[in-house]
Parts: sequence; structure tokens; C-alpha cells
Amino acid sequence: MSLTILLLLALGLGLAGWLAARARAWTFRKASPTGRLASLPSYHAWYVALWIVLPVLVFIAIWSAVAPGLVTQSVLAAPAADQLPAFGFQRQTILNEARAVATGAAQGVFNPLAREFVEPYRDALSFYNWIGIAATLVIAFLGGAFAFLRLKPDFTARTRVERIVMAILFGASLVAILTTIGIFVSLVFETLRFFGMVNPIDFLFGTHWAPDPMSNPENPDPTRYGAIPLFWGTLFIGAIIAMIVAIPLGLMSAVYLTQYADPRLRAWVKPTLEILAGVPTVVYGYFAALTIAPAIRDLAVDLGASNPSSESALAAGLVMGVMIIPFVSSMADDSIAAVPQSMRDGSLAMGATTNETIRRVLVPAALPGIVAGVMLAISRAIGETMIVVMAASTAANLSANPLDSMTTVTVQIVAMLTGEGSFDHPATLSAFALGFVLFMVTLGLNFIALRVVKRFREAYE
Amino acid sequence: MSEHIAPTRTPAFEARLKKRYAAEKRFRSLGLAAIVFSVAVLIYLLGTMTFNGIGGFQRAEVEVPIDFTQAGLSADPATMKTPQALQSLQGQGLPEVVQYFAQESLGEAGAAELGAQAWRDVAQAIIDDPSIVRGEQTFWLPASADLASGYAGEGSRELQALAAELDSAGKIDKNFDVGFFSRADATNPQQVGIWGALKGSMLTMVVTLLLAFPIGVLAALYLEEYAPKNRWTDLIELSINNLAAVPSIIFGLLGLAVFLTLFPNLRSAPVIGGMTLALMTMPVIVIAGRNAIKAVPPSIRDGALAVGASPVQVVFHHVLPLALPGILTGTIIGMARALGETAPLLMIGMRAFVATPPDGFTSPATVLPMQIFLWSDEIDRGFVERTSAAIIVLLLFLLLMNGLAIYLRNKFEKKW
Repeated sequence: MSLTILLLLALGLGLAGWLAARARAWTFRKASPTGRLASLPSYHAWYVALWIVLPVLVFIAIWSAVAPGLVTQSVLAAPAADQLPAFGFQRQTILNEARAVATGAAQGVFNPLAREFVEPYRDALSFYNWIGIAATLVIAFLGGAFAFLRLKPDFTARTRVERIVMAILFGASLVAILTTIGIFVSLVFETLRFFGMVNPIDFLFGTHWAPDPMSNPENPDPTRYGAIPLFWGTLFIGAIIAMIVAIPLGLMSAVYLTQYADPRLRAWVKPTLEILAGVPTVVYGYFAALTIAPAIRDLAVDLGASNPSSESALAAGLVMGVMIIPFVSSMADDSIAAVPQSMRDGSLAMGATTNETIRRVLVPAALPGIVAGVMLAISRAIGETMIVVMAASTAANLSANPLDSMTTVTVQIVAMLTGEGSFDHPATLSAFALGFVLFMVTLGLNFIALRVVKRFREAYE
Repeated sequence: MSEHIAPTRTPAFEARLKKRYAAEKRFRSLGLAAIVFSVAVLIYLLGTMTFNGIGGFQRAEVEVPIDFTQAGLSADPATMKTPQALQSLQGQGLPEVVQYFAQESLGEAGAAELGAQAWRDVAQAIIDDPSIVRGEQTFWLPASADLASGYAGEGSRELQALAAELDSAGKIDKNFDVGFFSRADATNPQQVGIWGALKGSMLTMVVTLLLAFPIGVLAALYLEEYAPKNRWTDLIELSINNLAAVPSIIFGLLGLAVFLTLFPNLRSAPVIGGMTLALMTMPVIVIAGRNAIKAVPPSIRDGALAVGASPVQVVFHHVLPLALPGILTGTIIGMARALGETAPLLMIGMRAFVATPPDGFTSPATVLPMQIFLWSDEIDRGFVERTSAAIIVLLLFLLLMNGLAIYLRNKFEKKW
């Protein structure tokens, strides 16, 4: 709430600065004998507006991260704080309740103790709200005054505005690097904490996965954190079953669409196939769990399987394969189209049939691109979450039978982080270690695939 | 004529040729079969969802005629406009009135199977038009979840019998449920709606768009127009390409570790979800934006530079407006992906049961895919239909967005 107020305040002040500076520049223009300034009035206006808005935005970003902590601290200074339970979760619930009442999000409190904190919260919130607004005003005024006082007829406002714009553009491009670093640091940091409790060797090479979020976090049983069954389940579902579906279907669709199909058919079929990639994965997961998994179980019973699981690796893998088809087919499509027409014509002129040309000439020539596409598809499949969360099980199982229930890395990440476990427990932290492994593997696959594609593209140019 | 003109056409050759042509035919039909199979799966998927979901837009309702002249309710038009109207009606005993007339109409057993919140529908009707308390009115009120499943031919035998009895009297029917689009989550499939999730999705998308679009466009402009060719630029490009392929759940882990540590009070708020999805969407916009900017011919830049524009003016006055349709297409596709995304939001705690639509960017919310995920865990038959109905709504939104992207691409496609 206060964040919206601050942002609106910043924009309003910026607008005021813009108008004031433009008016000022116009007076220069009228006074100047030639009627010319070093920069157009609107650049003067932008200069002042940027000097107001940018420092304020930086302040708001910092303030919104710092203020809640300050509020909590001053609330805890209230006399009632002595009665708070020391246990983290309960303590937090009481504070949250009081906070909700103080901000008007809730009508009343469940816990009588929370009532004691409503008033301190209300006081602290309004106190820090006013501080925030006051600081915003002061910073905006200082920035605006500094910029405004520099305006002169020969002030090169445009150069300065453009310098700021370039800095903003550069800053925007840094967000990508910051995100990558953020992912890396947050994963590594939590993973190291996990490895402080469980030996990495036990984690990477153990074959028994049964973390117990309720166990004593001080003394975890390292034999329960063997992730091999998860890696196997991920590979089996994402890289084996899904690819058995996706590679032939995707490749054959691409070949048919590029080599045989009438252009009018192609114009309809290609976007239709792309719908497959646009369907949200939660819908695929629902489809797999509700329609495919029971069908597979019934089929297995008919074929004589004694006790098939209703959450089979096969159901998740099949549906995931269907999802990946358009991905494989568009990558194959691109790389087949990149093979020079002369190679195709040469083969046909020798008397080869179209299918011989495709199999002996086009596909081998396009192979690096196709392989890269398959690698990207695998990386997408092993990172896929919702289909396996809904259709695969949470039981870790080291088995080669597609009808068995299996679990994957992403399923376990979800399972470990959506419970009520505390963040100091190895079971919770193991999710970050699994995420780290997943990140590194997909990163490696993507990196190699991008390199292969780049090299291949250069070959015919 | 074959023997003397083409002596190579021996019987063995003919046999080989026949085989090769057969292989050609087989190969061709295999390709067609692959496409037919993929399209068939898509049709089957959409067909199942539609078939299941049509029922989800309806609900079982029972007929209750209410004679307000006997009830003695006072519905003062001025009071009915205040937020306390519902409480006032409840205080005057409206629930009991509804229960009484339900017994009159449906009998003892039937009235017990009237939805517990059914009186709220009557109250809403009174609030909308206070004059009805002076006359008689027939209402179609939601049946209980048990009676609804009995009406669908499931559940206990007594309820099935009761439903059949009411049906033969014409007092129970499946009606289109307008409220499905205006209510939020509930524990009873007869009472659920998608408005809460839809609103949460919209708020989240607004945050995502406000963050990802400017950052993505500005980064694309920098990389395509100004960036010097050096290792630093390579590093930026590499990280953008990698981010575009990082599994979405990893972004959820980032949001959990960074955003929720910085803003612990905003757990499951649209603003945190939007920030997380923005990081995921930004690389897509950058990549699409760079392609669109690359497609603007250099002659436009040269012309602008030649008449004295500065490099920043060239880009913001000439290149960006020309590239904007392409950037918008990429943005819509990125937003469509973000709209269907569930996994990262699962990580940052947007899976809570939220029974009221969010009233701002910082109040707890859920999004449409998450609502589908949550309902899919319910075993009640009514929830299966509701889930499919929500899926239909989600898919319609996505089709609309993708259609818009295709339309924009076709409309603004320019060949220089």
C-alpha cells in the first residue's frame, strides 16, 4: 500500500519537475536574442525529471526492503514482546496476525496475544510510512533543486540526458547477468549448507532417497539422502521415454512438412503443432493424471501385470514426449531448411528417391542441428515440473520398468519445499542441492547445444 | 520398349526399383502418420477437456419459490445500498426463511440438501432489487455437493433416489452458473468460482509486464545498437541465452531464496509472483526484441544520422517505433508462457487456499494455473468438471493472446 503511494509520489514529483524545467527553458528561449538554446526545452525538462525520479526510485527500492525489518524491530521493543514464544513459527504467526489487523487486511485476531501487538504495529507502520514519504520528498527536492539550478541557456542538457539514458540501457542489460548470478549464488549458498550436513558423496552416489523433514536436523541420516534414484527417474522419464515419443514423431513431422507437404497444408499444420507447445504444462499434467495414467494401468492389467502403479513413469513420459514434439520438429525443420538446395538437387539428379535423399543426404548434413535440438529438448524435459508433479509419484524407485512409479528431481524439489519444514533442515535444503544439480545439467546441455548450432550454421555460409 | 532402349532394366533392377518405390511410399506415409498422430493427440486433449468442462460451467440447482409477503423482511432501499446489507438480511432471519420455503417446496429430505450458502444468492437478489420482498419469487438455488453428485448418478443410493424424485417433479436442474466467473475458491465444488484466480493472474501479469517489458526492450536496444563487441557483451549475451533455457522451477528457487528473504511479509502476493515471472519472461522479450531491431534496415539509421540526429535520437525516434510490432509479438508470446506457468509460483507459496479475490498487489492471491493444480488434487467428482472448466478458460485466454500475436505479426510484417 505504502509502496504504491511512494511510487505515485515519485511520478508526480517527476512530472512537476518536468513541467517546471520546461517552463524555465522556455523563458531562456524567449530571453535569448537568437531564440536558440544549446538543447531543446524538452531535454531540460527530462534532465530535471530524471534527476528527481531516479534517486527516488533507488531510495524506494532500498526502503521497501529495509522498512519491514525496522517495523518489526520497533514492535518487538513493545513491552508485550516478552510474552512471545521463542519458537520461530508460532511467533511469526502471532506477529503476522497483528500486522494483518493493523493494516486492515483482517477483521480480528485468533490469538489473544496478537491483540497486544496491533497498536504497536499500527504506530510503527504509520511512523515509518511518514518517514518514507518525508525522505522521498527530501530526496526528490534535493535532486530536483540540484538539476534545476544547473539549467542555463547554454546548458547541454541533451548530452547529459543521453548519457543517463545510455546508463539506463546498460543497467537493463545487466539484469540478465544479475539474475544468473542470483540463481547461482542462492543455489550454491544453500547447497553448501546442505553439504555441511550431508556428505556430497552420499548425496550424489547414494541409492536410497527418503528424507524425513520431521527428523532431528542436528543429526541427519546421510543414507537417506542418496539422489541416484531421482537422477535415474528424471533421466528415464525425461530423456528416455519422452524422447522415444518425441524424436521420431518430431523428426518425421519436420521431414514431411519440409519435403512432402503442400504449402497450404504446411501453413495450417505448423501452427497447429505449435499449439501443443503452448498448452500450459499444468494442463498436460492434469491430462496425464486423469486420462492417460488410468488408461495405462488398465492396459497393464489386461496384459497381465500383477500390481501396476496408477502413477507410472510411462504416463508422465508419454505426455511429456507429446509436449516436446513441436520443439524437436521446429529445430529439425530449421536445420533441414539450412541444408543447401544444391545438395538436395544433386542427390535427386543422381536418381535417388526423395526418401533416400532425406535419409542419406539431408539428415546427415543437418545432423548437428538435429542433435542440438534434441539436447535442448532433453534439457527442457528434465526441467519440466508440473507434468511429473501431477502424474509421477513421490516414491523414489530405482527400476527400469516403465510401469513402476518413479520420482524425479523436480518432483522432489516441490515436495521438499511445499511442506512446513524449516529452512535449517537438511530435507528442505536438499531441494536447493537438487536444484543446483538440475541447473548445472541443463546449463551444460544448453551450452553444448548452442555451440553445436553455432558451428553448424557457419559450415554452409 | 524397355528391353533394347534400356538394357540395364533387368528383372533384378525392376524388383529393386519396386522395393525402393515401396520404401518411398512407406516413408511418406510414416511422416503423414506422425503429423496425424500429433494432431490427433491435440484434438483428443482439447476434446476431453471440453467434454469434461462443459458440465463445469453448470451446477445443479433446486427450485425454491419464496413468498416474501409471509416472511416479513424489511428491505429498505437505502440500507440495501450499504455494505451491511447482507448482515442486515441475515439478522432478519433470511437463512431460516429460505430454509422454511425449501421445506415447503422440496420436503424435509430435499431441504436438508440445499446448499448451506444458498441464502446468499437470495440476499443478493434482494440487494439488487429490494422491491421483490413485497411479492412472490421463484429462485433456482444451488444444491449441496452431495445432491449434485446424486443428480449426476453417483454417490449414495438415497441421494440418487432423492435426486430422481426431485427431477421427476421438475424441481432440480443443471443451470448455467454465472457465479463461476464471479466467485473465488471454496471447499465445496458447488460454490467455487474462478474470479479470484483470474484476478490474481491479471495482477501478476501486470507486475510481470511492467517489469519485463521495459527491462527487456532496453536491454535489447543496448545489445543490438550500442554494445561494443567485447567479452563483457559476450557474457551478457551468454547469460540471456542461458536464462531463456533455464527450467522455470529454478526461477522459483531464486524467488524463494531472494525475494521472500527480502520481503517475508509478501508470501503468495502477486507482486512477488510477478517479479519471479518477470525474470523468466525478460530473456524471451530480449531475444524477440533483438530480432525485431535487427530487421530494421541500416538505411533508416543512416538517414537519421545524416540529418543530424544523435545516436540516442536515432534509436528512440526511428528504430524503436519500427521495431515495436515485432517486440510486441515477442512480448505477447512471453506473457502467454508466463500466464500458463505454475512451477515457479508453487515455489514461492502461491498455493495457499485463497477464498476471497485479491484486492491489491500485496494481498494473498492464487493464479489460474495454480487454481487448476489445487483443484486437480480434489477427488470430488464435481471438482473434476470445475477443473476442466477452468482449463477451458485458461486455454481460451492463451489462444486469444497467441491469436493476437499472430494478427500483429501479419498486420505489421514489413519487407524492406
